[in-house]
Amino acid sequence: MDLPRYPYHQTLEQRAGQPQRRPVVIVGAGPVGLTLALDLAKRDLPVVVIDDSDRIGEGSRAVCWAKKTLEVFDRIGVGEAVAREGVRWQRGRVFHGEREAYAFDLLPEPHHKMPAMVNLQQDQVEARLVRAVQLDPRIELRGKHELIGLEQDGEGATLTVRTPDGLFDMRADWVVACDGARSPTRTLLGLGFHGQVFEDRFLIADVRLAPGVRPRGLDPARPERWFWFDPPFHRGQSVLLHAQADGLWRIDFQLGRDADVEAERDPARIKARVAAMLGTEGFELAWSSIYQFCCRRAERFRSGRVLLAGDAAHQVSPFGARGANSGVQDADNLGWKLAAVVKGEGGDGLLDSYEFERLEAADDNIGHSTRATDFISPKSALSRRLRKAALDLAAHTELAKPLVNSGRLSMPTEHVDSPLSTPDADPWAGGPSPGCPAPDAPLDGGGWLSERLGPGFVLLAFGWPVEVDGLRVITLPGEGLAASRYGARPGSVLLIRPDAVVAARWHRFDAAAVQAALARAHGRPS
Amino acid sequence: MNQLTLTPNFAGEADAFYAELIAAQAGLSDEQAADWLARLTLILCNHIGDRELLRQAFALAHQHHD
Repeated sequence: MDLPRYPYHQTLEQRAGQPQRRPVVIVGAGPVGLTLALDLAKRDLPVVVIDDSDRIGEGSRAVCWAKKTLEVFDRIGVGEAVAREGVRWQRGRVFHGEREAYAFDLLPEPHHKMPAMVNLQQDQVEARLVRAVQLDPRIELRGKHELIGLEQDGEGATLTVRTPDGLFDMRADWVVACDGARSPTRTLLGLGFHGQVFEDRFLIADVRLAPGVRPRGLDPARPERWFWFDPPFHRGQSVLLHAQADGLWRIDFQLGRDADVEAERDPARIKARVAAMLGTEGFELAWSSIYQFCCRRAERFRSGRVLLAGDAAHQVSPFGARGANSGVQDADNLGWKLAAVVKGEGGDGLLDSYEFERLEAADDNIGHSTRATDFISPKSALSRRLRKAALDLAAHTELAKPLVNSGRLSMPTEHVDSPLSTPDADPWAGGPSPGCPAPDAPLDGGGWLSERLGPGFVLLAFGWPVEVDGLRVITLPGEGLAASRYGARPGSVLLIRPDAVVAARWHRFDAAAVQAALARAHGRPS
Repeated sequence: MNQLTLTPNFAGEADAFYAELIAAQAGLSDEQAADWLARLTLILCNHIGDRELLRQAFALAHQHHD
């Protein structure tokens, strides 16, 4: 599929040399920046997105998109396409040496609009996002605009941008840095970016199988995730195989710490590795890259009028698919807060709450990612031996299966201490507590609850309708699937944030309590 | 908080338990025995389950290296 481009144009603002003040400028047109732009535009905010390139980055890079991300994409109009074009896989198989250690099933929970996970190469997702952005008159996507200077004063930020026509200045009330792990914005802010660098090198290769080729019994019509610890074709290391769309497969070879990176880039050598693994030469190499990864985060996600999101704010290993997914969830968390602050509906504390919640999520993701990485590349002889013990036991007893870690499925973080939440006053037997993501459920009249959440705050009323000034109310049956998913009984009400997070909940409706919780969730504690 | 048992708790004679532990590895190479011990560790940790107890055991095991 042809990837859309966003060619450079000299703007009026630039030609006139007269900066036009913008409410929000987003730096970086990757999945995080584009998601945020679409989210803000849906809230009727004009947005400028600048990127130092004028095209979508080459190669597939991120592959797995988790349910929460798909729900966010759905709200900005690209979720159904990504879910349709992506590959749904259910079975994961883990091999140890020659043997299968165990298999797991993602067992999709029924009655959710979006699946637990789909695989779709990042450039295809970005293509969808770029097209949506280009159709939205509220968003201006400017190619070949490289940020080289950033100054803040009491009223806003001045961005100095290099273009093919030279330097010029832009003015913005707020700047969001979505410019990746090497974020120039973060560097200009002088923010530290610390954590753990893993010394292992990895080779990723995207391969397309020739028609009819079924390596190792793999059925392209029924894709599975395969992970090998210490396989015979790649001794002492790990290998991951994942399905992508359009007959593409992602293979990830651990190369170890002492790999000769230059030699490993040789396509003949890569093909030999793939052939040894698949047991066939019936494939073509579509893309490859060698990488080393880090688990680290910026010390702050907010510096005055500049906010960091995605890889610019935090970086994780690829095991667990937490990079792009957590970045999209940053955008989801920030969009409504930034819009509320720009429109004067929310207090400045909302932006501090962005930092609070997403720092918590980053630490959570880094923790999961580091544990998976430590399991995949043990640092001592004893940890290698304990891993072997876990894998050997997992082949014939249940007890060791949860110890085997080839990456844990990305789940949204539960912000149980969020300053925006109102703690429970009533006892609740289950369901998401304040700060936790609001689950989807089918609606009686057709459609899905997830489609009806946002763009503003919503009150879920179980059993019978209620009324609160300025608040949209969705009435749901007092019993049934939605009620049980929310731990609700007839008369329960839940206040849901625009990013589908529970803000407060009560078993008995009280309009004043709802208003107080709403004020608190807007960063205005009463 | 549960406390790690620090007094003898082996059912029957402690000597008999110890003989059985040694006998269980008879015939294994050092390498195989070390793998066996690693599997045993995971099996027993799972059986105990209580993270605080396990932490006390980890700490106790640290006290005795020279």
